[in-house]
Amino acid sequence: MNQDAFYSLSEQICAGLRADEHLFCSLDAESSDFVRLNHNRIRQAGAVRSAVLGLNLISGARQAEASCDLSGELEQDLTLARGLLARLRERLGHVPDDPYLNYSTEPSFSDCRVGETPPDAGAAVADLTMAAAGLDLVGIWASGEISTGLASSIGHRHWHASTSFNLDWSAYLESDKAVKASYSGLTWELGVLVDKLAAMRQGLAVMAHPARVITPGRYRAYLAPAAVAELMNMLAWGGFDLKSHRTRQTPLLKLVRGERTFDPRVTIREEQDRGLTPAFTGDGFIQPGQVTLIDQGRFGHCLVDARDAKEYGERVNAAGGSPASVGLDPGELASADVLARLDTGLWIGNLWYCNWSDPNDARVTGMTRFGTWWVEHGRIEAPVKVMRFDDSLYHLLGDRLEALTTARDLLMDPQTYEGRSTDSALLPGVLVGGIELAL
Amino acid sequence: MDRLHQIAERFAAAAPACDYWTLRLVDEESEHLAVRQGVVEPSALGASLGAMVTLVVGSGVGYGATSDLSPAGLRAAADQALGWAARHAWLGVFDAAQYPRSALRADYRGPVAEPWETMSLPDKLLLLQEANQALALDDRIVDWSAWLAYRRVQQLLVTSDGGHIAQVWTYVSPGLAAVANVGSQTQRRHGGGADWSQQGGLERVSAAGLLADAPRVAEEAIALLTAPECPRDTRDLVLTPGQMVLQIHESIGHPLELDRILGDERNYAGTSFVTPEMFGTYRYGSDLLNVTFDPTVPGELVSGAADDDGTPSRREYLIRDGILERPLGGVLSQSRSGLPGTANARACAWDRPPIDRMANINLEPGEGTLDALIAGVELGILMDTNRSWSIDDSRNKFQFGCELGRLIVDGELKGLVRNPGYRGISAEFWRRLDGVGGPATCEVRGVQNCGKGEPNQSVYVGHATPPARFRSVAVFGGGE
Repeated sequence: MNQDAFYSLSEQICAGLRADEHLFCSLDAESSDFVRLNHNRIRQAGAVRSAVLGLNLISGARQAEASCDLSGELEQDLTLARGLLARLRERLGHVPDDPYLNYSTEPSFSDCRVGETPPDAGAAVADLTMAAAGLDLVGIWASGEISTGLASSIGHRHWHASTSFNLDWSAYLESDKAVKASYSGLTWELGVLVDKLAAMRQGLAVMAHPARVITPGRYRAYLAPAAVAELMNMLAWGGFDLKSHRTRQTPLLKLVRGERTFDPRVTIREEQDRGLTPAFTGDGFIQPGQVTLIDQGRFGHCLVDARDAKEYGERVNAAGGSPASVGLDPGELASADVLARLDTGLWIGNLWYCNWSDPNDARVTGMTRFGTWWVEHGRIEAPVKVMRFDDSLYHLLGDRLEALTTARDLLMDPQTYEGRSTDSALLPGVLVGGIELAL
Repeated sequence: MDRLHQIAERFAAAAPACDYWTLRLVDEESEHLAVRQGVVEPSALGASLGAMVTLVVGSGVGYGATSDLSPAGLRAAADQALGWAARHAWLGVFDAAQYPRSALRADYRGPVAEPWETMSLPDKLLLLQEANQALALDDRIVDWSAWLAYRRVQQLLVTSDGGHIAQVWTYVSPGLAAVANVGSQTQRRHGGGADWSQQGGLERVSAAGLLADAPRVAEEAIALLTAPECPRDTRDLVLTPGQMVLQIHESIGHPLELDRILGDERNYAGTSFVTPEMFGTYRYGSDLLNVTFDPTVPGELVSGAADDDGTPSRREYLIRDGILERPLGGVLSQSRSGLPGTANARACAWDRPPIDRMANINLEPGEGTLDALIAGVELGILMDTNRSWSIDDSRNKFQFGCELGRLIVDGELKGLVRNPGYRGISAEFWRRLDGVGGPATCEVRGVQNCGKGEPNQSVYVGHATPPARFRSVAVFGGGE
């Protein structure tokens, strides 16, 4: 569904409102090709065309929400939406006033488009399988247009559309010996893919060495940006959400209370001005370009959505409680110096399946996965069998943090649970004096 | 369902030329009600309707999914499926001649004693308000909420071979949460059905004890604040059904998925320590370990007539007397691997294709009571209600945490311990199983958030299980 069709549908739905009613209409649509790959061949391929309409009907201090799939045929969708609107209106007669109802009462407008024409998915997959000949490649190609819209009876009109691709894959040598890569963007360039595959082949050559088995204990380690992303994902899980702070559920409670700190070189921001996600919220508010979440090791600001803002008397600065465009400031360690500074320890390419081990102490457990190497005297010696870590972020980002790299990677989220994600992370690598391996 | 039949008839009348097609129509409605700290949260109604067209042409297979169910919309989806079938024919990892075909005609309608509509919205909100009041015991409870979720899924699968499978699943899922805090110590408890999902109607509310459970949930959250940390050592472990669900799910269900063993999931959900040659001989656990794939248990989350490929569901042993017998794989994975399997090709919605999933994976009961299991422990811990889960990509090295622990000394339950956790290795852990509760202790539960697949899919999975006892397990508590 395009912008004009959505605005037209919204205007016709709003035409049926009563004088005391407001309506916010939202759209989440995608037109995507998905190709699963295994053994460098197509495992499962297809296309998805979806469009979900959200309605939030407000009357006085009451509100009720609904959503439905749209067919794309105006009259049919209008009938469906009007039916839902009638149900919401009936519902408002049975729900009490909502003390935390909060929406923008000022009309606003935005229109952001990222990318133009998606690459031909079939041709790109054919390119990939040829370029990766000889590799045991497994992963997912996803491409197409993602659209988010907002229109209200008050006059809000917002549109964000991106046309992109995201190829997320790994190459296996045997068993769980593998290296991982991703290539995402707006313009498909075969040369970039070929370079990434060449780097993977080099990684697999090292992977061919006998795996080193290490015992539980504390090890020096370098966490590559993709591994740091897993730690940022954990912080996103209640670390910055205002409600989790005010109800003392945040895993950063000791940081907020001043009992613990991160290293002063740790500054974490929500960087909405990266432009990859919509700048507007579903309630019509405009998000600031940046919010400093961790400021030189100390807690900065929470992310505050409209409902929490009303409940706790704060200003809206986010669509939700988790960062969608997180950034960790870079440090001063040159990439070329990482192995030398690490000297002897673990080079961890990816972490996997993290969870809070004890949220009261920001303690996280998870696994090493894909390219993880044993480094000795600044040289990569051997792959390492997967290991479980169990350690506090107050150590990994605090008293055991030794350096952050100057270079940062922009990592596009490959997740597709609720449609293709537009989240991203801009992260350096992190050198730590020790990470606790438990199993 | 009538609407779905009409759409299917229109599609069949103008079906594309191909060797085999399926049309899977999914009509889903949902509602979510919640009251937090005595304030009614915005209620949410959901309606979803869409279709997936799958086409087999020669050696290729492709799909197209759309919410445009007009003849033109379905034709466009079929055209996209045709395009991808052609690519698959050229570059596919298997020959689509292996793709499962179904001529099954079957119906399933899940049990509902008290339909969702029989209780008014004000009465539902009143019930949730009463639960809220019961949760707010004192100032140490800093957040509390109660909720009711309703979901009904109607699915019609028709095929060019005459297959016609109509299934209706209904779920009413109540739940409670209480958060207690003093200083920098915060503890949570869930109950009232929060981790006790089944098919059914409003009868699930009283069965799960939404209202009756509230005082216990809040009292335990408060008590955990001052409980000692769980000890860090090696001792015997008794897991309640609430935690056994997760233990079975992660360290038996996922490792036995055939698409993992075939390598499809290696880039995301992972592979498996289980290899094809293990089936028939590998000792997965002690003699007490009997695990079934069982779609026949009334009310269990994934009980039904057939999977999303149209394969009829039937009960199968996966592990018998500790020996591994059969993987979890649909007909396509069975054909690709040469192994037997189960009817478990499932999709989470109309916009995702079927892949190998758990359905109902159950630990068969043993003998005796929970008290008898505890009586057999000299020094141990009982753990209840999962709160943390992590396992490696081969589904071997795991670490799980629970909301509540209770010491066991000389065969008797003693005081609470907080932040209890344990870790182990799947391939060894189940061999430490030396007690499984009898039929009277078995509880039909499951999870509603099993994630897997590329593109990603989240599905419901059923697990019926008694409590169980394990010898000499590494346990630990909280702290840095």
